[in-house]
Amino acid sequence: MAMETHIVNGVLVVRLRGELDHHAVENIRNDIEDELAKTHYRGLVLSFRGIDFMDSSGLGLILGRYRSVTGRNGKMALCEVTPALRRIFELSGILKVVPMHDTEDSAVRAVKEA
Amino acid sequence: MAQDWTNAVLQENYMRLQFPSRSENESLARVAVSAFAMQLDPTVEQLTELKTAVSEAVTNAIIHGYENMEGEVRLYCAIHEGAIEVVVEDDGSGIADVEEARQPLYTSRPELERSGMGITIMENFMDEVVIDSIPGKGTKVRMRKVICRTSECQ
Ligand SMILES: Nc1ncnc2c1ncn2[C@@H]1O[C@H](COP(=O)(O)OP(=O)(O)O)[C@@H](O)[C@H]1O
Ligand SMILES: [Mg+2]
Repeated sequence: MAMETHIVNGVLVVRLRGELDHHAVENIRNDIEDELAKTHYRGLVLSFRGIDFMDSSGLGLILGRYRSVTGRNGKMALCEVTPALRRIFELSGILKVVPMHDTEDSAVRAVKEA
Repeated sequence: MAQDWTNAVLQENYMRLQFPSRSENESLARVAVSAFAMQLDPTVEQLTELKTAVSEAVTNAIIHGYENMEGEVRLYCAIHEGAIEVVVEDDGSGIADVEEARQPLYTSRPELERSGMGITIMENFMDEVVIDSIPGKGTKVRMRKVICRTSECQ
C-alpha cells in the first residue's frame, strides 16, 4: 500500500495505490489525517486509480474521512474507481453519501466549487 | 482422457493454512485462496468476490475475534464439484447474537471505523455463508461459491 498526495487549489488529493484492506487502512489513516490538518480540512479527493483490491475496511476509511472533513465544513469526493471495485461501492450504498467522479480533475473542481 | 484425470484429482483437493492474527496475514490469506481457486479457472470477477469474502472473514477473526490480540486463525479450503468451500475459524470472543451481526451496517466497533458491511459483502459475494459461533469460545465461518457448473467442469 502506498499513497501519493498533492494539493490542488487548496484541495488535498490522495492517490491510493495497492490493496486497501484493514492492514493498509491502519497504516495510512493517520497520514491522510495529518495532510488534512495541514490543509485545514478544506477539501479531499480520494483517487482509486491505483487500487486493485478493496474490502469493507476501505469503506470504513472513506466514511471516516468523510465525517472528519464534512464535520469541519469541508467537501469530499471520490474518483477513478476501477471496475474491480465497482460492485463493493454499489453494494455498500456509499456513493449516495460521497459523490464519485470519473476523473480527478472533475472531482477537484466539484469539491472546490462546493 | 487427460481432462477426466485432472477433474478426478481436483474434486478431492483441499488446503489448510494457519497463521497468527496479525493484520499483514490478511493479504496472505487472500493470495493463498485465490491461488488455490485458480484450478477451477474462475473469471476475474469471481476471483475478486472470493478474495473479498476471505478478506472480510479473516479481518473479522483478527479484529473482532481476537480483538487485535495474539491468537491463531485457521483457514481451510476445498473444491467440490466446481465449487470452492472456505472455512475461517478463530478461538476468539465469539458472537453473542449472530442475527444482529449479519445486519448491514451493524458493527460492534464503530470507534475503529468499521463499516459494518463485512458479513453483508460475504453473503453477496458467496453463494452460501454459515456462521457458527460460541461466545467465549470462537467463531467458524463457512462459505461456498460455485465457480463452474458441474457440466462445464467435466
Ligand atoms: N470472528 C468474529 N468474532 C467475533 N465477532 C465477530 C466476528 N465476525 C463478526 N463479528 C461481529 O459481527 C459484527 C459485524 O461484522 P461485519 O459485518 O464484518 O462488520 P464490521 O467488521 O465492520 O464490524 C462485528 O462488528 C462483530 O461484532
Ligand atoms: Mg468486518
